[in-house]
Amino acid sequence: MADKLHFSLVSPERELFAGLVDQVDAPGSEGDFGVLANHAPFMTTLKEGPVRVYNNGQVTTYEVRGGFADVTPEGLTILAEHAVEAA
Amino acid sequence: MASLKEMRNRIGSVKATQKITKAMQMVAAAKLRKAQDAAQNARPYAQRMASVISNLAAGVSGDGAPKLLVGTGSDRRHLVVVATSDRGLAGGFNSSIVRAARERLNALVAEGKDVRVLVVGRKARDQLRRHFGDRYVGVYEAGGNPSLSVAEEVSTKIRELFEAGEVDVVSLIFSRFKSVVSQQPTVLQLIPAQVADGGAPLDLKGAAYEYEPDEAAILEELLPRNITTQVFSAMLENQAGFFAAQMTAMDNATRNAGDMIAGLTLKYNRQRQAQITKELIEIISGAEAL
Repeated sequence: MADKLHFSLVSPERELFAGLVDQVDAPGSEGDFGVLANHAPFMTTLKEGPVRVYNNGQVTTYEVRGGFADVTPEGLTILAEHAVEAA
Repeated sequence: MASLKEMRNRIGSVKATQKITKAMQMVAAAKLRKAQDAAQNARPYAQRMASVISNLAAGVSGDGAPKLLVGTGSDRRHLVVVATSDRGLAGGFNSSIVRAARERLNALVAEGKDVRVLVVGRKARDQLRRHFGDRYVGVYEAGGNPSLSVAEEVSTKIRELFEAGEVDVVSLIFSRFKSVVSQQPTVLQLIPAQVADGGAPLDLKGAAYEYEPDEAAILEELLPRNITTQVFSAMLENQAGFFAAQMTAMDNATRNAGDMIAGLTLKYNRQRQAQITKELIEIISGAEAL
């Protein structure tokens, strides 16, 4: 089993998600990207779109608008202006 | 000496007041819990934002740095944002914010700075109007629950003023919620952004940070958002502090009303007893005279 990625999704009102996951796909302003564990440090702004979180074969989708993603050796943090879990 | 009927009315009215303050205390306690949760939930975002900015700020310097980060190089024109609640009946909560604001404003004026004021919350508007009303550049209401949209309006107004070159330094005065019994009026500088010393820079394990788009562009987008975030979290802290102060104030009021009822009841009973005794004496001495 590959390493897990620490991912947290926070909006100004609250923290929507924090925990270990397999993979996260996010809509970067210059192109969608996916993050696995041990990704190189990377920071980008986000455009409007879905953030997909893959964990143990399950996919959870959040709709985010405005914000940015920050990948550090400690994990991925998405700060979104607006974020809701898609039904 | 008040008549017995007057005293009965008095006791009744204090009892009615006590019911009201009791109800307000309980409502404040319930709302405090909600406001406290909201303030706590907003903290991760503000913290992450601060750490990201301090990371970025370390990399950008010199002429290329955004003005929101480094300022205009002058500190002649100040904008002071004062945030209070809309409502009162919360002990010294709003007055202590306003007092801190007044001290700072007077100090700035005494230094000969050009000072403007932007108020958020009806209490700040009313209490500062007399001395600083002619310096108002914007008046907002805090609203029932702090909403991001109000924070956005305020932060947009701040940025407009800054970008139009009308102000150099922007600071925010609000009450930090330390605990239920302690709220601390706090002055926070918004522009130039205060970059917290993030301690040791992040260990990147030899890899270089990649930015998409470049650092400056990200900062350009981040800094305005940071102002909104700080205004928003100030409003949340205010809200939590307000309910905490109101709860304490109403608790005191309820207790004082209780003391007052006890005192009045004692006086009432004594007076009633005295009157009964007096009537008895009158009857007995009347009977004896026969």
